Amino acid sequence: MLGLARTSLSTFAPALRLRPAAFPIIARRLLTQEARAQIQKAVSGSPVVLFMKGTPDTPQCGFSRAAIQVLELQGVPPEKLSAYNVLEDAELRSGIKEFSDWPTIPQLYVNGEFVGGCDILLGMHQSGELEDLLVKNEVIPKELPADPAPQAA
Amino acid sequence: MPVHTADLESTIRNAIPVTVLEIEDTSNGCGENYSIILVSEAFEGKSTLARHRWINELLKSEIEQMHAFSQKTFTPKQYEAYLAKNAA
Repeated sequence: MLGLARTSLSTFAPALRLRPAAFPIIARRLLTQEARAQIQKAVSGSPVVLFMKGTPDTPQCGFSRAAIQVLELQGVPPEKLSAYNVLEDAELRSGIKEFSDWPTIPQLYVNGEFVGGCDILLGMHQSGELEDLLVKNEVIPKELPADPAPQAA
Repeated sequence: MPVHTADLESTIRNAIPVTVLEIEDTSNGCGENYSIILVSEAFEGKSTLARHRWINELLKSEIEQMHAFSQKTFTPKQYEAYLAKNAA
């Protein structure tokens, strides 16, 4: 019995060694718990959090530039926005992609919830959904009702 | 390794019923930047975020090799409205 068990183990061993190559996903670096906790703290640290390439003043990529411009157009107050430059932190750059399960930068969070990347942000800006979202999350005030139309004399 | 338009197209068409698919290489041919417009009835009832996550997952290995990837996803009805608005 023992001999049989040992034989089958040794038969399996090469297959086990081959696994990482056959399934490269196993070899992919996983986000450490510490890194995950740090990112979690970052995404919930401000009402609006943007992970971008460059800084709000000097974006290093057109998509990040577009994202920050949309937030400015929406009137997001600077004190409610935190922007993280992923180009300054290689671990954050790869970590945030895994954390959000999102392959590209920029990435926007509102009150700790992932909203999307540049395409989604622009689309929501154009459709008015972004304004609704920011109002609902009390990032920007609800727009005052327009002045009543002038009455005909 | 450059990503080819044909690879993107076949991956998408094999996975999703496609009404319209436009793939534009925005990198002047070096295969680094792509922008797609995808219209499918399969998007009906799905949020934009869910649609984009779906496509990101589908094209995961391709997107990893690119510098930039941009997508617009519509249902057939939404696409008609989009075309009408752009024509106006």
